[in-house]
Amino acid sequence: MKFKSTLENYLFVLPAVLIFSIFYIIPFLWVFQLGMYEWDGIMPTKTFVGLGNFKEIFFQDKIWWQSMFNAGYITFIALTFQNILAFLLALACDREIKLKNFYRLIFFIPPVLSEVVVGLVWQWILDGNYGLLNGWLVHLGFPQFAHNWLSDPQTALTTVAIVHSWKGFGWGFLIFLAGLQTIPRELYEAARVDGANAWQSFKKITIPLMIPVTVLVMILTILGTMQAFVLIIAMTGGGPAYHTEVPVLRILASMRGSSRFGYACAQGLSFGLILMVISFIQYKFSSRARKI
Amino acid sequence: MKSTLYYKAKKVTVNALIHVLLISVAITCIFPLIWMISSSLKTQETIFSDTSLIPVKMHFENYVQAWKEGGFGRYFLNSIFYTVSVVIGIILVSSLAAYAFARFKFPGSNLLFFMFMAAMMIPIPGSFVPLYVLLTKLHLRNTAIGYILCMINVGLSTSIFLLKTFFDKMPRELEDAARIDGCSKLGIWWHVALPLAKPVLAVVVVFNALAVWNEYVLALIIFDSKGLMPLQVALMTFQGEFITRYPLLMAGLTITALPIIILYILMQKYIVKGVTQGALVE
Amino acid sequence: MRKIYAFGLTLCATLVFFGCALQSKATDKPTITIWHWMTDREPAFTELARRYEAKTGIRVNFELYAPSDAYSQKVRAAAQGATLPDIFGILAEKRDFSSFIKAGHVLDLTPHMDADSGRWRNSLFAKALAVNEFNPGNKYGIEPGVYGVPIDVMAIQMLYNKGLFKKLGLDPEKPPLTFQEFVEIGKKIKAQNMQGMVSGWAEVWMIDCFANNYAFNIMGKDKVIDTIKGKIPYTDPDWVKVLGLFKEMQEAGLLATGVVTMVNKTAEQLFANGKAVFAFNGSWCVNVYKGMNPGLKYGVMMPPRASDKYPMVIWGGAGSSFMVNARSKNKEEAVRFLQWLTDKEQQAYLAETTNNLPANKESLSKVSEILNEFVRNMDNTTHPNVWGVSEFPAVIEAFDKGIQSIIIKEKTPEQIAAEVQKIKAREQAKKR
Repeated sequence: MKFKSTLENYLFVLPAVLIFSIFYIIPFLWVFQLGMYEWDGIMPTKTFVGLGNFKEIFFQDKIWWQSMFNAGYITFIALTFQNILAFLLALACDREIKLKNFYRLIFFIPPVLSEVVVGLVWQWILDGNYGLLNGWLVHLGFPQFAHNWLSDPQTALTTVAIVHSWKGFGWGFLIFLAGLQTIPRELYEAARVDGANAWQSFKKITIPLMIPVTVLVMILTILGTMQAFVLIIAMTGGGPAYHTEVPVLRILASMRGSSRFGYACAQGLSFGLILMVISFIQYKFSSRARKI
Repeated sequence: MKSTLYYKAKKVTVNALIHVLLISVAITCIFPLIWMISSSLKTQETIFSDTSLIPVKMHFENYVQAWKEGGFGRYFLNSIFYTVSVVIGIILVSSLAAYAFARFKFPGSNLLFFMFMAAMMIPIPGSFVPLYVLLTKLHLRNTAIGYILCMINVGLSTSIFLLKTFFDKMPRELEDAARIDGCSKLGIWWHVALPLAKPVLAVVVVFNALAVWNEYVLALIIFDSKGLMPLQVALMTFQGEFITRYPLLMAGLTITALPIIILYILMQKYIVKGVTQGALVE
Repeated sequence: MRKIYAFGLTLCATLVFFGCALQSKATDKPTITIWHWMTDREPAFTELARRYEAKTGIRVNFELYAPSDAYSQKVRAAAQGATLPDIFGILAEKRDFSSFIKAGHVLDLTPHMDADSGRWRNSLFAKALAVNEFNPGNKYGIEPGVYGVPIDVMAIQMLYNKGLFKKLGLDPEKPPLTFQEFVEIGKKIKAQNMQGMVSGWAEVWMIDCFANNYAFNIMGKDKVIDTIKGKIPYTDPDWVKVLGLFKEMQEAGLLATGVVTMVNKTAEQLFANGKAVFAFNGSWCVNVYKGMNPGLKYGVMMPPRASDKYPMVIWGGAGSSFMVNARSKNKEEAVRFLQWLTDKEQQAYLAETTNNLPANKESLSKVSEILNEFVRNMDNTTHPNVWGVSEFPAVIEAFDKGIQSIIIKEKTPEQIAAEVQKIKAREQAKKR
């Protein structure tokens, strides 16, 4: 009986494990092996360099670390600005409010829109000469703030981060909203009967119940933002110089630009390792927070 | 008397503030959409010279031309087929696994879950080459099944993670009741857990549908025949190496965005309705 | 429960159906399959394939895979899986091209080129052919010969807006010849609050191209090649002078704001709409400008020379090329098709319908007036693929990104020269 039950449990995960083993684990092991070679991706022969590629990434490749820093900065903005905005909007749309169905639809437009459109529109808004933003700044009497947002090293990264957050907040909004909807209404009713005001029930009911969902959104934000690159290609191409360079662009540069396929694989693995450590620290922290 | 007035005033102010926030964010979201649609009605000459949002002369024929030149008909069907198959595959496979991870204790369950989590983090940049060779060996390259299985794998980890988080959160009482009634584990998963998880399932559907709908790099690499390509490939016709035919591209993008928006509206019903416990006891 | 099973079965059945329905039908006549990435030439290719089938009965299948980034990944993946088609293009620099040859994917076309006392070879532009040629004693260790067929030609040079020239009080028929004149115009542009030169300098290769033109002009070809070979450091005063030109241009107001993060398509859109005085762009731009603003009056010019010691040189010659798969069953048919495709008549058709420069010398009469201006400078072209040596990609990247730093006034030319040299030393020290 016990045995049969355990077997049944395995059957639940079997399809997932099967697909995963064939289409993830096998290519992954292959990539892991390639990471230890110097190989241009074409030749039949590869040169074994052991951990040489990894050593180069960790100790020599300054640009790689700058790109990690940039991605970290964009992620920080996404974790704070983007998620707070998403949470506030989800709270607002969870209430009985006019036009809420309209808003729920509208907030999901940025994630659906193609990066091509987003890139073109924001370039037009942010352009240094003919941009809408500069036009408004001059109009409102702040001509001293008008400048080229994307090619000035002072503002390039922050601008990219904000546009990225704008493109991505719809997901956070959607998951937060789904989370808020699963909170039983009876809990709020009961709290009101007990004489709690809106703020108290928010603090005592909404926040504790939303912690797991918040952790989920945060981890997805970290993963999504650290791996961002399509929008960045469309807006700055990683420039000026290395100011908006991000890890995935570096990996692509190693693969295509420099034809260092093995190095690109090693970069991908190191990057994944770092993401994993960050996410698990976060996960552990939050599961401790949940227990308190 | 005074206090009710105070509360009323406070409520009005709070509501006004909320609306200001909602409206201003909504404007930024809707602006690119309007720009895209308006650009799709201009010509290559006027698209950047006439910056008004309502074009002087509307060129609706751009849509017809984009549809015909891009060969949208066939690609559209392909994309719908891929999206539906992948999403159904992911929902079944990932919800089974996520349910097991959330509810059952069995040797290796933590390790397996950890593996799926790890897969979510490690992007395999060079994976196209191994995947290509692998699919060739399995005789799955240049087949719809090969592509669908690859895409199921792409969405699997994140979906398991999303679903497990929500299964963890869900009350167990209903499932316990069903078990006492003699329902099998599989039966409980299908009849109790999945209906309870509708809001998050809707999120998973939208999330994966969008990913499949917008995918083209993998498709380009593993498919050789035009007949198998998805919709995004049609859009590439308008974005040449040197020349981008913007109005046609924008018309194509608008057509492409439409099904996803419709799907989202359909799914929203489940996200919004709110699954209160009482409503579920049938 | 039954519902799930029924559903699963239906799904599987549909999948199998789709899988089978799309199996290609076998025919006895050979079909030539060609992979390419040239979206703009797809309709013309399809038409040519139709004509060829009508003439010979051999079906030619042009398969388009765009964008080029995805295409080049596909070709590399297919090389690993040994599933390359009969004819394909390699989007890569010479070092990678040589790897494809070493891996046995590319057919040596020399015998075909030289047959009939070199009839095929002589019909094509030597500059275009050189891109696909390996010379005796080449550094890549490749058997000397021709390994690809150019189907068109291009040149990258400067363009100026004649209307804006008039507004600046300049003669629209007299573009600047020297860098000094160029800088003087920059001052006028600044005074009138106009935008100077636009170009896709976010895609760094266009910076590289511009800088190399001046390197050839200032120090001559041999010294550039010697630098790549490692005999001369990038800290050499001549190289610092090349880097210094960018600082000078920026200070003179010759560069449009935001040029460092500008993608080429944005640059084209600005120039086409008369928002910039100069552009640095390839011959494909003729088609782009025509589409966006048919009334645009502009001229083609060489980059104004900064020195009289050596001639100014521009990148060109290299257009798009096709290679024949050495492992293909239809090698002979494939070669014959490429011979037909680069014949006078077909080349003229391609040039006419796609506004690209033909690779066949005899087809030039079909080319538009402005494109002919590009042809006129074809004698002054060069391309990294014909130099016989390749610089390390890491060095090229540091050089180009360094120029971006100079333009945004973050670093000086001397600093960049030192940084580039440091990376060069690092790459040289690596065992390869």
